[in-house]
Amino acid sequence: MTVKTGSPMVEMRDIRVSFGGVHAVDGVSIDLHPGEVVALVGGNGAGKSTLIKTLSGAHPANSGQIFIDSRPVTIHNPIEAKNLGIETIYQTLALADNIDAPGNVFLGRELRTRLGSLDDSAMESATRKVMGRLNPRFLNFKKAVGWLSGGQRQSVAIARAVHFNARVLIMDEPTAALGPAETAQVGSLIRQLKDEGLGIFLISHDIHDVFDLADRISVMLTGKLVGTVKKEEVTKDQVLGMIIMGKLPDEVTQAELADLHG
Amino acid sequence: MVTAPQETALPPKRSVGSLLGAMEIDTRLLGMVGALVVIWIGFHILSGGTFLTPRNLWNLSVQTAAVAIMATGMVLIIVTRNIDLSVGSMLGVVGMSMALLQAEILPGILGFDHPLTWIITLIAGLLLGALLGAFHGFIIAYVGVPSFIVTLGGLLVWRGAAWALASGRTIAPMDSSFQLLGGGSRGRIGGPASWAIGVIACLGIVFFLLVGRRQRRKFGFGLRPVWAEATLAIIGCVVVLGAVAVINSYPMPEALAEQYAAERGIEVPPGGIALGIANPVLIAIVVALAMTFLATRRRFGRYVFAIGGNPEAANLGGIKTKRTILMTFALMGFLVAIGAAVTTARLNAGTSGLGTLAELYVIAAAVIGGTSLGGGVGTISGAALGALVMQSLQSGMVLVGVDAPLQDIVVGIVLVIAVAIDTLYRRRVAK
Repeated sequence: MTVKTGSPMVEMRDIRVSFGGVHAVDGVSIDLHPGEVVALVGGNGAGKSTLIKTLSGAHPANSGQIFIDSRPVTIHNPIEAKNLGIETIYQTLALADNIDAPGNVFLGRELRTRLGSLDDSAMESATRKVMGRLNPRFLNFKKAVGWLSGGQRQSVAIARAVHFNARVLIMDEPTAALGPAETAQVGSLIRQLKDEGLGIFLISHDIHDVFDLADRISVMLTGKLVGTVKKEEVTKDQVLGMIIMGKLPDEVTQAELADLHG
Repeated sequence: MVTAPQETALPPKRSVGSLLGAMEIDTRLLGMVGALVVIWIGFHILSGGTFLTPRNLWNLSVQTAAVAIMATGMVLIIVTRNIDLSVGSMLGVVGMSMALLQAEILPGILGFDHPLTWIITLIAGLLLGALLGAFHGFIIAYVGVPSFIVTLGGLLVWRGAAWALASGRTIAPMDSSFQLLGGGSRGRIGGPASWAIGVIACLGIVFFLLVGRRQRRKFGFGLRPVWAEATLAIIGCVVVLGAVAVINSYPMPEALAEQYAAERGIEVPPGGIALGIANPVLIAIVVALAMTFLATRRRFGRYVFAIGGNPEAANLGGIKTKRTILMTFALMGFLVAIGAAVTTARLNAGTSGLGTLAELYVIAAAVIGGTSLGGGVGTISGAALGALVMQSLQSGMVLVGVDAPLQDIVVGIVLVIAVAIDTLYRRRVAK
């Protein structure tokens, strides 16, 4: 399935977002190929989530361009992103806690009968199918998702993203609220989706996760892109150096590196 | 919430809880029915045996109708984390407008008691109600003023408008066809039709249980045990047919029955001629069914609940939250107009005080019926039952002879207690 073509499936060029006078994202360019995981790392307030929201349609960019399959696109809202095959798993999961799993998976894209009513049975059936693939132990299809555990809620959010044949998946801190076993589960899922040819943007503050899963790593600091590196060409220390000092590996002196380790 | 998944199947237990679980009956609903039973029996004893009589229950059903109709809309308002304090005043201004239209404006154009008067009046009233609601909804959703403030303003504005429309005069009488909307001795469907509706309702209950079962089997989902389905069907039918039997055992007043019999050349049978279900009650039942359908089977209802559960998630899911809120308030206005039609028809007059304090009864009905002020939770059937609880309280107090100020005190206390119970319940659930 994995087709590595020369041109990227997603290219974000010179993206800028500002809130009032603050430049949350300041001229950042990143790209993503099919079957690739690009990690987006940086400290709090680095602008990772804001950058990615311009791709998922949650917040518009002030300037910059987005290309999907080398065609320029404009994304004003989440629906337009979804129509382009871009699905997002938000850090907050963005689940309606009072609605059951099928209702959340199909939120905003409900299946309907010929008379236009909600087709709950069909939605539950489809949700059971996708869950069978993601998390076979998931059985609570009738309960409001607010009653479920963190891992199960995560499964619902992921099911919503992958059910609609996403091509690009954005995962914002997918393991932040999970225990070790569930984190491993999400990791194997990411590998599986990657093998199926999806491109994945992975936002994470966990450097181990990042080295485990990513092909390339883009580092941001105070709204600017420090740089993008290939995972096999850097060490964890070097990436930490990028995150904290905002310097590429070859710009860092031995003294600074020693400093970093206190 | 960060614990590992616990999905070990519970061993089958034969406790009351598991019996209810098998039938999928909500314990809160059961609590409400319990409260109703206590109120009814309590007032029956206090009133010396006049509460649980066909006559009183028939009147109770008619009095409940308007509050129940409006409470179904209030559920959706509260589910979206909003409130509408203006329903009583809107009822006043819409009712007054309909009264003026049919009593003073239309007769001048169409002539007195024209057959089209009632329907023109009704449609105009419904449009006006929806428009007022949509206006509130626009300010709330698009301008961003909290619904509490917008509808608090509405409470004053529309009450003042109701007075200004006729300088405080009472407008009467209503058009003779329009009066039928309010019930009374002519505005009811009679005994045989009431039985027919009861039987249809029974068949409907069985039909929906069977369809639900077939759907679940088709997709291979778990089925309720057969005994649970059968018990549900039997309980449902007994309640429906029992209610019809009670309603039908309230006869027409003698003079009316004699006139009615004479017109048809029949004898008045012993026990009299049954009035049957009153029109407002029928309207309330239709509204409750339609609203249940809208809330549970249509996308609009799903979106209303999604907005209440997590507004951000609804937005990210691509739901047009502002438009949905506006439509919810427009729907509320529409339902208020139905309530206004029923109330003016029943009073046979429009007065500027019409619907005063109705907002309290409507909100209390919704909250007692299990609608959570935290948003996202509520049912139409619960609200209708809540309306019955509130009206039972009020008419019970009237029957027992409680002074009006004391009645208000009781209603106020009940409202606060209902919200307190809801808050405690949610806190327990959150743990």
